[in-house]
Amino acid sequence: MADVMKLQFEVNDGDFTRAGETSSKVKKTLTQLGFSPIVIRKVAIAMYEGEINMVIHANGGTIDVEIYSEKILIVMQDKGPGIADIEKAMQAGFSTADSKVRELGFGAGMGLPNMKKYSDEMEITTEIGKGTCVKLTINVKE
Amino acid sequence: MTVNEIAKKLNLTFYAGEEIAEKLAKGCYIGDLLSLAMSKVTAENVWITIQTNMNVVAVASLVEAACVIVADGCIPDEKTIEKAKEQDVILLGGEISAFEAAVALSEMGI
Ligand SMILES: Nc1ncnc2c1ncn2[C@@H]1O[C@H](COP(=O)(O)OP(=O)(O)OP(=O)(O)O)[C@@H](O)[C@H]1O
Ligand SMILES: [Mg+2]
Repeated sequence: MADVMKLQFEVNDGDFTRAGETSSKVKKTLTQLGFSPIVIRKVAIAMYEGEINMVIHANGGTIDVEIYSEKILIVMQDKGPGIADIEKAMQAGFSTADSKVRELGFGAGMGLPNMKKYSDEMEITTEIGKGTCVKLTINVKE
Repeated sequence: MTVNEIAKKLNLTFYAGEEIAEKLAKGCYIGDLLSLAMSKVTAENVWITIQTNMNVVAVASLVEAACVIVADGCIPDEKTIEKAKEQDVILLGGEISAFEAAVALSEMGI
């Protein structure tokens, strides 16, 4: 498979009812393309966490996915408030989630650590008041 | 062990997925924080929680849990049940506590 497959999704602000839909679609596509369960699990977890963060902490945004035979690229760009201290945000257990979303089971402060753990490369660029971009690479090892 | 056998033994109600409950289950995770469950629940696991909102279905589907057991008499939201049916996630519930469920599952050799 030399070709690249490009997918783009809109993620809506505050829309919990649809949260997880894009991860679910990508998971289906990867399954159809015959990627291994390990790769699919990594992509599903990392992408879901990013998608949820866009819904909870930012004002929605777009997710671009590029599927190559040797790697999967996920770029999540939001128009949210930005992250003041990335190092702190990356710490397991750190969360600014309010009580309303905590009641739903969010706010463990494990989303970004999960994205780090389940990807092979992770890059965050952020600007206060403008938004955040998270780039993830998941390698496909034989 | 199949999900059907678990449902019977633990006296659970099917909210969704009864028709696919001949599925095998092994291993179990108990917890209510979604991003912890996300990384701890692996394929074919039973996931016991008291969360009732639809994000439970999204997580269970992505990590391919065998089934979700909503414990302590908590009732899944209408939307959660709908989504579970849509996504082929087996959703069970009952009066049983997470501890009691875990003990019973352990006795069953899960
Ligand atoms: N896209 C984003 N825009 C703005 N802030 C963000 C974004 N993603 C994460 N953050 C900040 O980083 C913190 C940590 O994020 P992380 O995903 O690890 O935990 P959480 O979302 O609070 O809880 P969990 O993911 O466990 O449900 C968040 O509480 C929030 O303050
Ligand atoms: Mg998060």
